[in-house]
Amino acid sequence: MNRTLNAVYAWLLLLPAMVLLVAFTHYPALATLWHSFFSTPKGRRPAVFVGMENYQVMLQDPVFWRALINNLWFALGTVPVAVGIALLMALWVNRGLAGRGFLRLSYFTPTVLPMVAVANIWLFFYTPQYGLLAQILQWFGLTGPNWLGTRETALPALMMVSVWKEAGFFMIFYLAALQGVSPSLREAAMLEGASRWQYFRRVLWPLLMPTTLFVLINALINAFRLIDHVVVMTHGGPDNASTLLLFYIYQIGFSFWDTAYAATLTVVLLLVLGIIAAIKFRWLDKRTHYQ
Amino acid sequence: MSASVKPRASSGARPVQRSDAKPREAGAWLDTIGAWLLGIIWILPLLYAVWAAVHPPAYATRFDLFAPWTLENFARAWEAAPFPRYYLNTFMLVTMVLVAQLVLSTMAGYAFARLEFRGREFLFLLVLLQLMVMPDVLIVENYRTMSWLGVRDTVFAIALPYFASAFGIFLLRQTFKTIPRELEEAARVEGASALQVLLKVYVPLGKPTYIAYGLVSVSYHWNNFLWPLIITNSVEARPLTVGLQVFSSTDQGIDWSVITAATLLSAAPLLVAFLLFQRQFVQSFLRAGIR
Repeated sequence: MNRTLNAVYAWLLLLPAMVLLVAFTHYPALATLWHSFFSTPKGRRPAVFVGMENYQVMLQDPVFWRALINNLWFALGTVPVAVGIALLMALWVNRGLAGRGFLRLSYFTPTVLPMVAVANIWLFFYTPQYGLLAQILQWFGLTGPNWLGTRETALPALMMVSVWKEAGFFMIFYLAALQGVSPSLREAAMLEGASRWQYFRRVLWPLLMPTTLFVLINALINAFRLIDHVVVMTHGGPDNASTLLLFYIYQIGFSFWDTAYAATLTVVLLLVLGIIAAIKFRWLDKRTHYQ
Repeated sequence: MSASVKPRASSGARPVQRSDAKPREAGAWLDTIGAWLLGIIWILPLLYAVWAAVHPPAYATRFDLFAPWTLENFARAWEAAPFPRYYLNTFMLVTMVLVAQLVLSTMAGYAFARLEFRGREFLFLLVLLQLMVMPDVLIVENYRTMSWLGVRDTVFAIALPYFASAFGIFLLRQTFKTIPRELEEAARVEGASALQVLLKVYVPLGKPTYIAYGLVSVSYHWNNFLWPLIITNSVEARPLTVGLQVFSSTDQGIDWSVITAATLLSAAPLLVAFLLFQRQFVQSFLRAGIR
């Protein structure tokens, strides 16, 4: 095949995928930015250019700030815990513990269950008076709060569910990395008289660093994309205590039909994802993607 | 249901168990206890769902070992919502997405892996961008596009934004790169056309990747919620996840027995598949996890 023919062939192969990628990722991202400078068309009144007005509204919108701060707390609270538990799970399951089959199964089940279904079950766990948590607390003579109905506990309760949902999935990445570690390293460390902790700290942890970064980035992206359990369990309440960014966008866009303001909020979310992407490309993908 | 499936799943995993655990280690017992504690917490929601679903409503929140068993909750759930329709919709959705993704990713993955052409790096960068900005985030604009296309409230509209998958393209590109070029050249000498080379050489050799990717994709789209929630509003188009949500937010008081039964019905096919093929499932996630 000569070079021109080769290029034509390549472009033909790529055409369908690229058209769809542009149509549902790149074009909407740019269109979002464009529409954030316009007002929402209402009835017969078309959208008019309003410049930065939507952004000014946003900066003065307490719910937006609530959602953004909630989302930062959410990321800060769930990402390290989920990744830490995932590592612990992988270390346990990688060794010959009793009942390893069961453990793998139970750690991983949340990943296969639909989030919506799972949220329904957790809804029961958190129910005051007769929910599972309330019943367990009763054994100890304690009365729990209304977990999802109290401002202080609603977001942490959702964070618990996320950690539970995600840890098992991240475990898989660690497991993959651990299986790539040569057993002779462990033997050598043991011969040197290293304790298990020293072996982990000095040998495993550095070897797992790329995996940790990769998992951290993915967890971070997920933390800003999660919405299912907010819809099912709290609907952002009480008093916006558990509103996350994407949920707020959904609410503004599809409950209030204020598409221009939803676009403005989406720009912020894209910005956040862009920052995470920049970190990712800088730190991680240079090596793996372009070998 | 689970009682008959679980022992098989765990006995299937037993042969892999390594016997290199040293019970002499003092920390080993602590590890086992910790791992099991976490394992029980992780599987608890599923256990509860099964408990509440197979016992009369009176026992949904009261745990009594001698509670009578019943399958009536499933019957009630089945009658309360058009589950056959939801199953069909989800099945169509998952199939449509998977077929499109496999075909488009194969074509694009091959082009990126083996063909030289101008603009390759740039196009690949455009693909990678989708790993950060999934269509889920751009709901407002994508909703607009679907309205413009006139396909809103159809299964096709749920599926379309996911047809081109950056993850799939990336994964297959990596796989195809590991296939020796000599095989392609040999096939060319034999007189195979460009398309034949792709179908007869690359696709068969990429089989493990296809299986791993297929499982990841099916479970993702089986569980996807936000986009289907937004783009559908009739029974004819709703998948299981959205149907379940509509179902459990009806305000006739919370009947946990029926909700858990419905929850299990929605998750059942994926869950059963997971319990039966647990090892392959985890292995393929492992494989898909290595980037």
